[in-house]
Amino acid sequence: MVKITNQKIIRILSFIFLISILSLVSACSRPVDVGIIVAGSTSVQPFSEALAEEFMRQYPDIIIDVQGGGSSAGIKSAQTNTADIGMSSRDLKEDEQALWSVEIARDGLAVIINPNNEVSDLTLKQVQDIYTGIYSNWNQLGGKDAKIHVITREEGSGTRSAFESLVMGDLEIDPRSIVQDSNGTVRQLVGDDPNAIGYVSLGLVNEKVKALELDGVKATHDNVINGTYNLSRPFLFVSSTEPTGNAKLFIDFVLSDEGKRLLDDEGLVTYENGNLE
Amino acid sequence: MKIKKDNLIEFIFFLIALTTLTVLAVITIFIFEEGLPLINKVGVLNFIFGMKWAPSQGIYGIFPMIVGTLSVTFGAAIIGVPVALCCAIFLTEFAPKQVRLFMRPAIQLLAGIPSVVYGFWGLTFIVPLIRVYLGGPGLSILAGSIILAIMILPTIISISEVSLLSLPSLYKQGSLALGATHWQTIFHLLLPSAKTGIMAAIVLGIGRAIGETMAVIMVLGNAVALPQSILDPARTLTTNIGIEMGYASGEHQQALFATGIVLFVLIMIINSIAQYIVRKR
Repeated sequence: MVKITNQKIIRILSFIFLISILSLVSACSRPVDVGIIVAGSTSVQPFSEALAEEFMRQYPDIIIDVQGGGSSAGIKSAQTNTADIGMSSRDLKEDEQALWSVEIARDGLAVIINPNNEVSDLTLKQVQDIYTGIYSNWNQLGGKDAKIHVITREEGSGTRSAFESLVMGDLEIDPRSIVQDSNGTVRQLVGDDPNAIGYVSLGLVNEKVKALELDGVKATHDNVINGTYNLSRPFLFVSSTEPTGNAKLFIDFVLSDEGKRLLDDEGLVTYENGNLE
Repeated sequence: MKIKKDNLIEFIFFLIALTTLTVLAVITIFIFEEGLPLINKVGVLNFIFGMKWAPSQGIYGIFPMIVGTLSVTFGAAIIGVPVALCCAIFLTEFAPKQVRLFMRPAIQLLAGIPSVVYGFWGLTFIVPLIRVYLGGPGLSILAGSIILAIMILPTIISISEVSLLSLPSLYKQGSLALGATHWQTIFHLLLPSAKTGIMAAIVLGIGRAIGETMAVIMVLGNAVALPQSILDPARTLTTNIGIEMGYASGEHQQALFATGIVLFVLIMIINSIAQYIVRKR
């Protein structure tokens, strides 16, 4: 009786061993097939991934590999041809103008407060002063006497870096600010806390929060498109030369009505008739 | 033949046991290999006692987070330990059998709730309560302490209960026979006799509190400044890693691993204390 149990144990154990070794071997030997490499801005990355997923469903033979790294890295890898398509969430600098580029969408940034807050219009400078800690009470801005609860995003977040470059300039966000790691939690907190202020992608503003008018301009899709609302940034696809072959196929898909609908659904601002280029 | 088989089985079990050790070793080596270069570059003292954390500017100081970790954990202990001890005493000394049969699994169930659920509950229930009745943004050291206190209850209760139960029944009978009341017996005899077990329970609970990440990210506010009061938001070492890991690369990522090293050392110290207390018995 004992003998049989032992044998069983040995069999089971060796089976486990065999499986684990096999899985190791198979994991190492998976064929590497290089498809189209799309690399760059971590803000554009999730959207590109969604687009690539849908694209690959329609063209199962084409593999699209979306990688992060940041806008500058994306532009550089397009220049050096290490990536077929670079992603950037900022405009091209002067020395980068030689690249081929297309704006796939714009991302608006809304500064949001609680709907119960009387304040509804601030200047960009006032928002900056709130985030540096110069203003600490809503009564300094025409609201009621209550401490401002400043909410920001974590270091490395694309939304934060957009906010920093569009609003803060060279100034630093007060380290006492509350840090949240997603658009969703920022919106949730601002919706719950009558004294909070935060910023999220324009597409994520809902009835639970109030988007501030900045310098008298409402934060709407239309105002982003006509250029009067300043807190927006372009999402660019760049490439060293005009793309051909599969890369072109992918970009055409992104700019098609279907690609636009996908981006619109994700909360980005796209244009009616092609891009502005 | 039989001996051979026994040896083989022994060997296989040894190999499997070795894998867990190997995993520990690999993780340790990896964390140190990734994090140490940055600590060397910044300087140990600058890293540990630096007041400013700004990875985009290349400034890495984690002192506010060490303070955050210690204050949240201390807060959790202050709230959680008395509750847990009372609960353990109730279970061993007063609870009728039916109640005990119901309460034990209920407490174990508390340990099985995922931490993200605790965090979400804290965010939607505790945080607004603090904001409305005590002021401030609600996301605070106090909120974190309350959530962690609840999370460490099962650990402290079950280990304290076991050490109370393992006392010889002669102790209690003798004390009662000498005319001491039930309360006197509990406070002057049973609790002191089970002291080492209870201490170990508390230290293990604290270790759990220090390592907790998800629930704390959601209710602590994660501000990187030194907190001034328990109603201020703060950031712990674990949440620093958890909140910034997503986008970090290069030096920033190394700094997060370096944060991990500090956490690792801190938890090692606490576990050694627990081991020491248990062995002393």
